[in-house]
Amino acid sequence: MGALTVTACGSRNHDKGGSGSAASGTTVVIGVDAPLTGDLSALGLGIKNSVDLAIKTANSTNEVPGVKFEIEALDDTGKPAPGQQNATQLVADKKVLGIVGPLNSSVAQSMQQIFNDANLAEISPANTGVALTQGEKWASGTKVRPFKSYFRTATTDAVQGPFAARYLYNDAKKSKVFLIDDQKTYGAGLAATFKGEFTKLGGTIVGEEHVNPDDRDFSAIVTKVKSSGADAVYYGGEYPAAGPLSLQLKNAGIAVPLMGGDGMQSAEYIKLNPKSQGDLATAVGLSVGKLPSAAKFVAGYAAAGYKDPYETYGGYSYDSAWAIIQGVKAVAAANNGKLPDDARAKVVDAVQKVSFNGVTGKVSFDEYGDTTNKQLTVYKVDGGKWAVETSGTFTD
Amino acid sequence: MHELPQQLANGLILGALYGLVAIGYTMVYGIVQLINFAHGEIFMVGGFGALTAYLALPGGTTLWLAIPLMLLAGILVSTLVAVAAERFAYRPLRGAPRLAPLITAIGLSIVLQQLVFSFYPNAKKARVFPRIPGDPLQILGTTIQRSDLFLIAAAPICMLILGWFVTRTRSGRAMQATSQDPDTAKLMGIDTDRIIVMAFAIGAAFAAVAAVAYGLRTGQVDFRMGFILGLKAFTAAVLGGIGNIYGAMVGGIVLGLAEGLATAYIQHLPGMHLFGGGAWKDVWAFVLLIVVLLVRPQGLLGERVADRA
Repeated sequence: MGALTVTACGSRNHDKGGSGSAASGTTVVIGVDAPLTGDLSALGLGIKNSVDLAIKTANSTNEVPGVKFEIEALDDTGKPAPGQQNATQLVADKKVLGIVGPLNSSVAQSMQQIFNDANLAEISPANTGVALTQGEKWASGTKVRPFKSYFRTATTDAVQGPFAARYLYNDAKKSKVFLIDDQKTYGAGLAATFKGEFTKLGGTIVGEEHVNPDDRDFSAIVTKVKSSGADAVYYGGEYPAAGPLSLQLKNAGIAVPLMGGDGMQSAEYIKLNPKSQGDLATAVGLSVGKLPSAAKFVAGYAAAGYKDPYETYGGYSYDSAWAIIQGVKAVAAANNGKLPDDARAKVVDAVQKVSFNGVTGKVSFDEYGDTTNKQLTVYKVDGGKWAVETSGTFTD
Repeated sequence: MHELPQQLANGLILGALYGLVAIGYTMVYGIVQLINFAHGEIFMVGGFGALTAYLALPGGTTLWLAIPLMLLAGILVSTLVAVAAERFAYRPLRGAPRLAPLITAIGLSIVLQQLVFSFYPNAKKARVFPRIPGDPLQILGTTIQRSDLFLIAAAPICMLILGWFVTRTRSGRAMQATSQDPDTAKLMGIDTDRIIVMAFAIGAAFAAVAAVAYGLRTGQVDFRMGFILGLKAFTAAVLGGIGNIYGAMVGGIVLGLAEGLATAYIQHLPGMHLFGGGAWKDVWAFVLLIVVLLVRPQGLLGERVADRA
């Protein structure tokens, strides 16, 4: 960690030179860390492109006078170790004043300390692991924010799992659920919070299973689901395994819906699973396509001609990047339009205070760094598309 | 116990898949004593070869026509890659210490993965593989997916052909001779280089059949699919007795059954409820391997020299 402190000092020197030369022409880099290759790349590329769009918008409207934003996107392939390397690389680049990412909660765990030591603001559009903002003991009621530089525009598993449980029990009238998770931070957290709420409502968990995220053959588990008599399956995990799992369930003649979280709500899921009709997924916020505030984002994304769709987290990524831009703007405004020596630490404080109407609704952060937006939507696969089933605001 | 027949069927089908890939490990080991760790990737490129053939066919081609063509393309690609690997990566190291070709194999495996990853269109994420449409079949109280019919038919046919080839044909007998004593075989006028190439080619062809079966079964192929399956197949080969072709298939099936049964039943044993379920299936598969190797170090069927090919 000593080396990181040194790089933080280095950035101070550089910024002095930059701000001393001229008010105009300062370059601020927003780092992106997401899986840009590998089986989660559909989600990761959506994040990268959406951040790129936010940066282009800020540059073209001269959002922060005298500051030109640039993107530096690094690939973590969805794994903690490359994510950690990327974090050190981004910290070393003195022009980086904020990070958008990562996609995976397990990757975030490996990066938080590094960014925190460097006082570098990190906003994840997708992490839902509760402990990331509320500490390991959140479940027992002791909420302690471990890292003050970490924020997220996504809601947590503590909201998403129970929201799904209420939908299945109250709206879909399912009382016997088979629970499967992939043992990753995200999947296991989702499954655990789902289970707590579902049993509290009076539903029964008729079976529990764990898979490996790389498994593609689920025949043994499918057989257990069949004999358990479940009327729905809840899966904590992501689409690369959820797709074949649901397909193999249906191929075995089990005509019950598979429900999951936002890691499943990808167009790839439907592509990988021709029998996905009726499957359900929750996602944070309201449908990006339906929000009036999102129309501009959707149109801008289409006009920019990105090869990959913005996917589940596009709106949140845009808002994350915009929150950093707003943070930089506030820091510059408080310092006569120039970026101060300790811009990184000041941006962290400024991001904590941002409040604006973004793509996904109002963007602001609570005392843990969590989004104050607790709106969720249940999506259902209908005719080869994720269609909005119902939306609501989560209350404890 | 009402799910037992289904779990047995699952295990048999999965095991047949492992067995088909295991043949490649066992044949190459039997002849050149090399553990070809790139074999999982030979399997993977076979899957992509078959996918390419499918994409090249005009839309709406019936699967009755498409599957044989995909199979041909998969076998062609796998075999070419395996033969090229033998010629350019392994043959120059024939006289080198054992460790050198082993490391080469691991390197080759990474190269093949990265080549597909970098140059096959859209292979950075899983590619959708065609499936056999239709409802599952109900046979003897078990549910069998339509897509698994291909594997159920292909695995025994492949084994019969291989058994006939090794014991009845001139080349097959030459292969047995080479595996027993390469030097003497050479003195008897057998072109051992040709035999070695043949072993690689046959293993690759089997891997391609398995890759088509895997694609049909899971509905997708991706550049990493050979890694885990390759490891499992290698385990199956060792379990059955490496170097023995029937052992490879037996080892595969035992491994498949062990995984299915461990997932279903271990947690119902008293005191074992924490160690059951899908998360532990690989652990139990390897426990079985260790136990078998402790009791029978030569594997289930052993290295019966006469059958070694």
